[in-house]
Amino acid sequence: MFWRKKSKADSAETPLEAVELPKRNLTKSIKSVFSRIKFDLDDLITLEDTLIQSDFGVDAAAAIVDDLKSRAKRASASSEAQLRAILSELLVERLARADTELNLNSEVQPYVILVVGVNGAGKTTTIGKLANYLIQGGAKVTLGAADTFRAAAVEQLATWATRSGAEIVRPKTEGQDPASVAFETVETAIANQSDIVIIDTAGRLQNKQGLMDELGKIRRIIEKKLVVNEVLLVLDATTGQNALTQATAFTEVAQVTGLVLTKLDGSAKGGIVYSIQRELDIPVKLIGVGEGIDDFGFFDPEDFVTGLLGEV
Amino acid sequence: MFGNLSDRLVETFKNLRSKGKLTEADIDGTLREIRRALLEADVALEVVKSFIAAIRERALGDEVSKALNPAQQVVQIVQEELVNILGGAQRKLQFAKNPPTVIMLAGLQGSGKTTLAGKLAKWLKDQGQTPLLVAADLQRPNAVNQLQVVGERVGVPVFAPEAGNGSGNPVSVAKDSIKEATKKQFSVVIVDTAGRLGIDEELMKQARDIAKAVDPDETLFVIDSMIGQDAANVAKAFEEGVGITGVVLTKLDGDSRGGAALSVAKVTGKPIIFASTGEAMDAFEPFYPDRMASRILDMGDILTLIEQTQKAFDEERASVLAEKMAKDAFTLEDFLEQMNQLKKMGSIKSMLGMIPGANKLKGQLENFDEQEITRTEAIIQSMTPAERKDPKILNGSRRLRIAKGSGMTVTDVNGLVNRFEQAAKMMKTMSRGGNPGIPGMPMMGAGPSKQKAQPKKKSKSGNPAKRAAEEQGLTLPKPDSGSAFGLN
Repeated sequence: MFWRKKSKADSAETPLEAVELPKRNLTKSIKSVFSRIKFDLDDLITLEDTLIQSDFGVDAAAAIVDDLKSRAKRASASSEAQLRAILSELLVERLARADTELNLNSEVQPYVILVVGVNGAGKTTTIGKLANYLIQGGAKVTLGAADTFRAAAVEQLATWATRSGAEIVRPKTEGQDPASVAFETVETAIANQSDIVIIDTAGRLQNKQGLMDELGKIRRIIEKKLVVNEVLLVLDATTGQNALTQATAFTEVAQVTGLVLTKLDGSAKGGIVYSIQRELDIPVKLIGVGEGIDDFGFFDPEDFVTGLLGEV
Repeated sequence: MFGNLSDRLVETFKNLRSKGKLTEADIDGTLREIRRALLEADVALEVVKSFIAAIRERALGDEVSKALNPAQQVVQIVQEELVNILGGAQRKLQFAKNPPTVIMLAGLQGSGKTTLAGKLAKWLKDQGQTPLLVAADLQRPNAVNQLQVVGERVGVPVFAPEAGNGSGNPVSVAKDSIKEATKKQFSVVIVDTAGRLGIDEELMKQARDIAKAVDPDETLFVIDSMIGQDAANVAKAFEEGVGITGVVLTKLDGDSRGGAALSVAKVTGKPIIFASTGEAMDAFEPFYPDRMASRILDMGDILTLIEQTQKAFDEERASVLAEKMAKDAFTLEDFLEQMNQLKKMGSIKSMLGMIPGANKLKGQLENFDEQEITRTEAIIQSMTPAERKDPKILNGSRRLRIAKGSGMTVTDVNGLVNRFEQAAKMMKTMSRGGNPGIPGMPMMGAGPSKQKAQPKKKSKSGNPAKRAAEEQGLTLPKPDSGSAFGLN
């Protein structure tokens, strides 16, 4: 169950029904690099190297290899097929979580999703796709253009609103305080009886304290009227070890509840989410696999691992 | 999260000083740390491997074993090789003999091309060029719009015959822009293109077609400095797919270590020309390979620091001070002398910038007032020689006189006396138990003691910079006794 759909007769208070998201073939999106390597219990350096090259990080790569070794020993496994199966099992186990669904079931409606991240991660595109998906399921969605900083960011979001059929609240003046745009969005969404509000924010590098504080302010002002159900941190899958710093900093100011891993259709593997999920205990919820409005899906650890390792 | 490289290198080198000569095992231990640091900085694995192999070869050669200070020599080699790969000297933008000069931008989605186009246009305009921006990203929603806004901000015209959002042909826009520029006599044309993936054959062909249509003098590959291991693949794909002449690193105002710079430079062999450092239109500068080398290793300008410390610090004076400490004969005059030693080394702020691990301190540094040393000096100089020798005689009226004489308040005088007393107390303790360096000057080691010091956690330091750090709950790296960084 990914989110809930409201049947036409229902009042706003009735819980939405579950809707299945069409499965996307992630296996094709992530080009497997592991399918080419040899698994040899006595020489797992190639495996460790490949993990490093997939941005898992030095420490995580070493830990995974150690774990693989001890599990193989316990199971007396040594053939290549067995080792692959164990690695796959191990990774899925560690990536799997019970809380990967969007948390759209609080008492208070409309539900609020706040989208944050560094510059160029793919926030606006993600919002366009997510809005489209929710609207197709029957939800009424209002977008808030609280990125009042970057040139033409509001227009970019407006284009996505038109494509998806969402309402949009724009800043009244150029460079308007983003928190006040968020507040106006929330008020509009309550008045027009939206089911879901999605707030776009300006990209910001996590070491810019002033800009990070602004996020906290946006969150607090929304909470005057509604509950913030999700704070989604959008991460570019090509990002290296800095993604961990990003996740830490954004979590601190805005209490991130889920990650969105974008640009997985490229050659990057996004291995850093492994460390983020483990160290910060934040689930990956959504993925982006292209610029089209449907190039989007929910994160599935098995798909992700199959994509990495190839069919086991 | 991770200890920085310098801290770990100090650890590695600690045992080497007595030996004086590096063995192969010593070097391998050092190289393991360097390898790790490079990987943590997101340098692509293949680049790390070849880099380490090159360092190893040089480190085992004559230059190191004959060096007076072999460990330091290894660090120097690493720094040299890094700068070497990053492009040695700076490369300038190439201009066409017959204008317009055509600059094409290419890169992944979200790398910062459109923002960079605006900055580049402004920079060129400030140099007297007449640039024209070309909106050839017809893919991303409102990319054309964004370029128009950016153009307006920097006062540069934008050629945008197509509205974009998925319609229009970027190749013909690019082609027409050259005619437009020639006709209206623009001196530089900057072509902004859509973001594309290295593995997207179709879009890479489109980029090639744009390049064919405009015949660029420079094709700049724009890459986000936060990118991970994939940097090598992406750079290769753009080099082979479009053919690039230079690289621009963006978002360097972030806190990523930027190992991608090394990967891209090594894999493509193309120079990094510019660094983009913020969202303001003038946050843009030429690329400095040496600064980048230090950033990747996160070790500050360690060599310069060692040199300056050695120059400024007089070993003899140090041992005299140490003796005084042991005898509890440390006076305000000695305190002042310490400060002057510090001053000789140059600006505290710039010095701290060179200290490994001082990254964390940068925020505190902004709050640190360098004038404090000058003020301290003024107070001490307003004292009589007797007062300097024995601060205990400083009663209320003496303190008032000193405050007046130095243009400070009595509170300032009290503060200084307190600090001095604490420093003196601390030194006394340390000269008994061991000595990590002249107290109050955490980065200088000069104690005669052979024992390892217990770092004092709660003490208020006599060094204003360190004290500021202590108050913020931070500590400077603690070197072992006998040398600045345990490197000699």
